[in-house]
Amino acid sequence: MTTLKGRNLISITDYTKEEYIQILDLAKEFEANPKQPILNDKVVASIFFEPSTRTRLSFESAANMLGARIIGFSNPAATSLQKGESLHDTIQMVSSYSDIIVMRHPRDGAARYAGEVASVPVINAGDGANQHPTQCMLDLYSIRKTQGTLDDLHITMVGDLKYGRTVHSLVQAMCNFKTTFHFVSPKELEMPESVKRHVKDKGLNYKEYTKLEDVIPFSDIIYMTRIQKERFPDPTEYEKVKDCYVLDAATLKGCKENMRVLHPLPRVNEITMDVDKTPYAYYFQQAQNGVYVRQALIAAILGVK
Amino acid sequence: MDNKKELVVSAIENGTVIDHIPADAVYKVASILNLSLHDDEVIIGTNLESKKLGKKGIIKIKNKYFKQNEIDKIAVAAPTATLIEIKDSKKVVKRKVEVPDILQAIVKCINPNCITNVEDVQTKFKVIDKHPLTIQCHYCEKTQQPAMH
Ligand SMILES: [Zn+2]
Repeated sequence: MTTLKGRNLISITDYTKEEYIQILDLAKEFEANPKQPILNDKVVASIFFEPSTRTRLSFESAANMLGARIIGFSNPAATSLQKGESLHDTIQMVSSYSDIIVMRHPRDGAARYAGEVASVPVINAGDGANQHPTQCMLDLYSIRKTQGTLDDLHITMVGDLKYGRTVHSLVQAMCNFKTTFHFVSPKELEMPESVKRHVKDKGLNYKEYTKLEDVIPFSDIIYMTRIQKERFPDPTEYEKVKDCYVLDAATLKGCKENMRVLHPLPRVNEITMDVDKTPYAYYFQQAQNGVYVRQALIAAILGVK
Repeated sequence: MDNKKELVVSAIENGTVIDHIPADAVYKVASILNLSLHDDEVIIGTNLESKKLGKKGIIKIKNKYFKQNEIDKIAVAAPTATLIEIKDSKKVVKRKVEVPDILQAIVKCINPNCITNVEDVQTKFKVIDKHPLTIQCHYCEKTQQPAMH
């Protein structure tokens, strides 16, 4: 078994399949027993250069349940960054105060750079439009938990597949398993060629659809994403497609028993409330799983598990 | 024709000849190598006839030999280029340039939101494909065609 101690987690491709499994197994342990004061002598820096309340609370809850102290900021306007301090200098300072850094930053690649500057390990909590690896790990955890396996699944992704970083990372990660992918999107928001090529290079298959109804009968996972109006140069084009990718309870008729609906949250209107009451809704538990996965990552990287 | 070319090539006793530059890349090569600052003889020829390229460019720089990092820059701007080093009027080295597997501080990232375009970070790219040259930013992970500094 390889050790994750002292390693950064910047991009989902930084970890091997075995390392994903190691984290998922550890997260399972934390789900069964979430309050373990194993980080009493550790300081976790939580530095958010842009607001993301959901992700920050999940990380801080994870660190708290392990007994760690938390330092940091969630509002860069109130820090010296406003005075023009470089990311380089901020990271050096924070490194000297903490054992591990959890960082969110609006610039693409900021996390990789921070990982090179910091003297302590860095976990990327989102760098611009690039990566958000802990979201991907909690997606894997949720898939494995609901399906009992990560192999031989039909994974369907719906909505904005062009710009959605969560779906790109999830495809990369699921390419380590024997996955068949189904991509449902309007033409304007198709999965990028580079991602599709990656699937083919791994010897796996994908199919593309424009209608959500077509994938209901065989999907094991339906991963919904939000279609943002800003993505369309012409607002009338948005009006044309927006309702095609709304999942309601009636649409789910005829789906597989084991099928579960995932969503990175927050949702706007792409999953109607009547789906919440069906046994297929899993997005709220999915978010809860994020805490266990983050506990596992912090504990493994600090070398206490 | 061949004789004449030979004559011009050997016109410098010591220095470097960059031959087989795509005609449209001649001034780009001169610029990335900062040849305007070279205080010895520089001869730039462009739109010369070439069997291989149709039209080609050639640059001769007296009393100048390039470092590996500079040769890598030439490779990115002019992948077909040949480098001839001349010492005491003799060709001592003739070789094709080659794009390295990692481009460090050679090109800049096309992604305006990339940290390398905001902070003082040295750029680094992994070469994914050499024909056509396709690279991936080590930081923002964006796959792109190179844009020279
Ligand atoms: Zn970049």
